[in-house]
Amino acid sequence: MADLRDLYQEIILEHSKAPRNYRELKSADRKAEGFNPLCGDRLTVYLRMEGDLIRDIGFQGSGCAISKASASMMTQSVKGKTTDQARALFEGFRQTVMGQPTGNGDHFDLGKLTMFSGVSEFPTRVKCATLAWHTLKAALEGKQESVSTEY
Amino acid sequence: MSTAARSPANMGDTLQHEIARFDVERIRADFPILQEKIRGRQLVYLDNAATSQKPKPVIDAIVRYYEHDNANIHRGVHYLSERATEEYEMARKVVQSFLGAAHSNEIIFLRSTTEAINLVAQTYGRTHVGPGDEVLITGMEHHSNIVPWQLLCEEKQAKLRVAPINDDGELILDEFEGLLGPRTRIVAVGHVSNALGTVNPVATIAEMAHAKNVPVLVDGAQAAPRLPVNVQELDCDFYAFSGHKTYGPTGIGVLYGKASFLEAMPPYQGGGDMISSVTFEKTSYNKVPHKFEAGTPDMSGAVGLRAAIQYLNQIGMDNIASHEHELLTCATETVSNLSGVRLIGTAREKTGVLSFAVEGVHPHDIGTILDQEGIAIRTGHHCAQPLMERFGVDATARASFGLYNTEDEIDALVRGIQKVREVFG
Repeated sequence: MADLRDLYQEIILEHSKAPRNYRELKSADRKAEGFNPLCGDRLTVYLRMEGDLIRDIGFQGSGCAISKASASMMTQSVKGKTTDQARALFEGFRQTVMGQPTGNGDHFDLGKLTMFSGVSEFPTRVKCATLAWHTLKAALEGKQESVSTEY
Repeated sequence: MSTAARSPANMGDTLQHEIARFDVERIRADFPILQEKIRGRQLVYLDNAATSQKPKPVIDAIVRYYEHDNANIHRGVHYLSERATEEYEMARKVVQSFLGAAHSNEIIFLRSTTEAINLVAQTYGRTHVGPGDEVLITGMEHHSNIVPWQLLCEEKQAKLRVAPINDDGELILDEFEGLLGPRTRIVAVGHVSNALGTVNPVATIAEMAHAKNVPVLVDGAQAAPRLPVNVQELDCDFYAFSGHKTYGPTGIGVLYGKASFLEAMPPYQGGGDMISSVTFEKTSYNKVPHKFEAGTPDMSGAVGLRAAIQYLNQIGMDNIASHEHELLTCATETVSNLSGVRLIGTAREKTGVLSFAVEGVHPHDIGTILDQEGIAIRTGHHCAQPLMERFGVDATARASFGLYNTEDEIDALVRGIQKVREVFG
């Protein structure tokens, strides 16, 4: 049976209450909006790129504890990474929250992001965890339209 | 508001007298799904505004229809077709009596409340609303009573006007009346708000609108399962409700319309059964209600809805209304006493729905934690995004009650909310 503590890990609750990099980046050269129409969560991810490198990142928005903590920890883990590295982290994170065995090691060490593995026991919450990442991906690809968790 | 007694013609009045008091345990035994265990815990189903559970007589009626009566209706000369037609038309009469309508041909079977509102917007609306005209709704409508009118207004270059609500979630009647103008062509209003539980004073609204010669459509999706409804006493021109929220099956809904309106309206969809004769040059349409029931209808759905209404009649809508009122009073008192909990929707006239917010906790997290306790509630915007905006929230947690809910289940809800506070410290 799924345990609530697997989902609401201490570190996740802590990030949801005091999200890191929770700010609009005035110097952003890319940004994207993400929206989960099912629960009304919405957030904006701001990026300042240096060539292919994510030099700085910030986010703002409203959402549940999982979506906020996920966005917060995402900003920490992709700052200073290249576009490809960020994509690999997303792939690894996605597999973790979907409860799929992670691939052949071609993506990055997830570090603290593995705390989100408990989400896989709560299928209705997977989209909360991935919203920020979908939004980051859209920002990296320079998409202007807001991305949605529903297609 | 209308708590008008049902007309004497309603079935079940005599049975109602035989049931001395509201026996919730006996009622619960009629709903097989209430025995389900959710993660090892007894299901506490508090999501009745989304859909209600089905009593055994409804499930049995559908099975019996398919096992014994199924054939296409209004067509065959064979015995089964005749029997299926009888079953279907009997369902119409039962709905007529449930709504207190004057004639059974004022009852149209459709898929849902949503389809019923779209039908009126696309038939009555398209023939009566033109450029510069106005459609008047309220600030607490469900998306299904907003978007069909927006589509119409967009097509006809008409304006959608929205009557505001106060901080308790009540329609501000003076403002509503002020918005009824010379260009208002139709008023569309919910009888009971799905997100707040507010009961709108529909009879007064209809009186105000009729004084300006404006017809009124009532979205009764939340009211039909909770309150006695009499469309003649409300004097509304259209009334819509859904089977699945009224303890009946999914896929069946009802539009009531005054005969004078229905007869003058053009058809909604074309197809079989809605015609009286067809040539390639000219088709003449069938009489109401068949004019609006193109194609083979949901016969088993109608039979199931009939069983649901007969079940409700046996218990008595007055008894159901007072049971839910007691539950709501108890829940309002205990939940509002919890620290850090805010109720959203505190109208004086209210039924069935308790929307709330827990300080510092997103409704989605509340929903997940309650779900772990086997408690099913709805979290989100409840298909009423403009209303959420009015209250400055993205979403709420909503517990909504049905005739089978108990005070023990409200205790479970309260314990669940306390658990939410523990997890989020």
